[in-house]
Amino acid sequence: MLEIKGLHADVDGTEILKGIDLSIGEGEVHAIMGPNGSGKSTLSYVLSGRDGYNVTAGSITYRGRDLSELNTEERAAEGIFLGFQYPVELPGVSSTTFLKTALNAVRRHRGEEELDAVQFMKRLRVHTKALNISDDMLRRGVNVGFSGGEKKRNEILQMALLEPYFAVLDETDSGLDIDALKVVAEGVNALRGPKRSMLVITHYQRLLDYIVPDYVHVLAHGRIARSGGKELALELEEKGYGEFVAGTEAA
Amino acid sequence: MSYTSETAEQVSSIAGDKYKYGFVTDIETEMAPKGLNEDIVRFISAKKNEPEWMLQWRLRAYERWLGMDEPVWAKVDYPEIDFQDAYYYSAPKSMEDGPQSLDEVDPELLRTYEKLGIPLHEQAMLAGVAVDAVFDSVSVATTFRKELAKAGVIFCPISEAVQEHPELVQKYMGSVVPYSDNYYATLNSAVFTDGSFVYIPKGVRCPMELSTYFRINQANTGQFERTLIIADEGSYVSYLEGCTAPQRDEHQLHAAVVELVLMDDAEIKYSTVQNWYPGDENGKGGIYNFVTKRAACRGRNSKVSWTQVETGSAVTWKYPSCILQGDNSVGEFYSVAITNNLQQADTGTKMIHIGENTSSTIIAKGISAGRSQSTYRGLVRMQPGAKGGRNYTQCDSLLIGDKCGAHTVPYIENRNRTAQIEHEATTAKISEDQLFYCRQRGLSDEEALSMIVNGFCKQVLQELPMEFAVEAQKLVGISLEGSVG
Repeated sequence: MLEIKGLHADVDGTEILKGIDLSIGEGEVHAIMGPNGSGKSTLSYVLSGRDGYNVTAGSITYRGRDLSELNTEERAAEGIFLGFQYPVELPGVSSTTFLKTALNAVRRHRGEEELDAVQFMKRLRVHTKALNISDDMLRRGVNVGFSGGEKKRNEILQMALLEPYFAVLDETDSGLDIDALKVVAEGVNALRGPKRSMLVITHYQRLLDYIVPDYVHVLAHGRIARSGGKELALELEEKGYGEFVAGTEAA
Repeated sequence: MSYTSETAEQVSSIAGDKYKYGFVTDIETEMAPKGLNEDIVRFISAKKNEPEWMLQWRLRAYERWLGMDEPVWAKVDYPEIDFQDAYYYSAPKSMEDGPQSLDEVDPELLRTYEKLGIPLHEQAMLAGVAVDAVFDSVSVATTFRKELAKAGVIFCPISEAVQEHPELVQKYMGSVVPYSDNYYATLNSAVFTDGSFVYIPKGVRCPMELSTYFRINQANTGQFERTLIIADEGSYVSYLEGCTAPQRDEHQLHAAVVELVLMDDAEIKYSTVQNWYPGDENGKGGIYNFVTKRAACRGRNSKVSWTQVETGSAVTWKYPSCILQGDNSVGEFYSVAITNNLQQADTGTKMIHIGENTSSTIIAKGISAGRSQSTYRGLVRMQPGAKGGRNYTQCDSLLIGDKCGAHTVPYIENRNRTAQIEHEATTAKISEDQLFYCRQRGLSDEEALSMIVNGFCKQVLQELPMEFAVEAQKLVGISLEGSVG
């Protein structure tokens, strides 16, 4: 699904990613953990092709294609989804309009027929019910006045609709209480499948109790400092990131 | 719009037919020489076969204009206009002078038509290509006129109204915007060429939306257009002006006057989509649009609603206003002004509260992109008699990029202690975060921008009649092309 080799990237001339190697197979869920400032969010932006995040060395191969050839919206249409840590507000743009426009843009790219309003609403209803998203939320401006939990549920709703092959979930747990976290995690788990891979970025182990990863990686100072199974998360919970921060500095 | 413009095409083809049979005279007349003097005013009046009172009115306006100075208070900057270097009367061009097929039309213009989803035969009409009248058009236009006549509604060119309904024209023309009102309105009064006249009789709800499209003989009246709408007691009319498709015009200077008169319990909804040629990226060749629009709510409980979407012209100078004289009368102003490249817009409204319990609402949305400048300029005045008067104003500006400007200049004058005035203003910038968020969901830069801006304008766009609104949404996106990325 995704092959990252020797990836270096900078933002405004400051190198943030300093040689990342990561291989994610079909249907696998990988977790990236790490201290603040280790480059977790940068990695998510580099994968989604955000302007200003420049790959200076190395390569990213996604489903057999060199990602550098694709811009942000092409990557999205090719099935790369980024669940935002801080979903952005779009005042005046109703969620329904936004979702329909996005889905049809992606469908157009994929050579599928665009959905009309009736077809779209039918599809939308299935997901909103599962995620407990009210009609009122759909009528409001995208993320405007949404609580933390509503924003994250809205992200998962978008993921469910857009049916990506590869989803990056950036700190999906931030700003959520335990009940909201459970709803979101259930939503994510429902979307796990043999054809869909995920990269779950988180600072805390807590989320991984609900979204159980196949692999866990520790990102520190722009490199993957350690990889392991899900038990690595528990170990980190116990010991903290001190070892990695100190370790890299020494090296 | 396809309904309206198809009908328009049919109507215009009827006009052509009439010409063929000689029903419309003096179409193929010569141009008046360049420049402006008393003879030109007399020439125009004579061409229109006007009665003496009309000519005298024009001459008084011309006299007045000579002693006036061009206003300089607006935040717009353009080279000095040489009023002696313009033509003030030119007969409608015959079709042979225009492009003969779409192949001869500017491809940029065609591209825009395509994006607006305008069918081919309409594109041809808009671009001024000679269109063969292939429709069985007589029925539609006749039905349209019959329907209006049945309701007693008068809708005709103002030049026709001068001949056919002189008592109405004499009574009301200049009663809202006097010939001495301001530089451009005075110029218009002297040299106006044509425009619309509407009279809705007592208690009549106009059975259809009146569009400038339906006006027979409308070709080439855009330069100094004059519109007069009278809504008698208890009547209602919705009037649509303009077109979402970009229109080219050979005249750079446009100075229109619109007067609305409302009696007791009357209501007028006046919607405008203005998309005159804005000039190229460097602002060259764009139209100067100096418009005076004013409504007089003379009767009790009368209501006027201005809705405008301004996307065109190089320079826009326009303040549709409401004089709320009748007790309980209501004035509304909903505006979207989009400027891109080097466009400049200084637009807003005036709400003059005279009667008791009069209320007004102003929702103005300005979007600036490129190196453009957009100014909201609005006056709210409560006269001493405006007991219980209310105003709510909301001015929002949206900036795209860092080379444009947005300005808000509210004038608030309150002379009655029971009146309430509220003013809210915001300025926001489209953030890179918002664009990235949309693009990550598969939208292109342009789709994202169009969606965000449409969201910003929604409050205003939803005031437009349905078919206009859908197109205006597309237009909003197209107007901002090339402003990001």
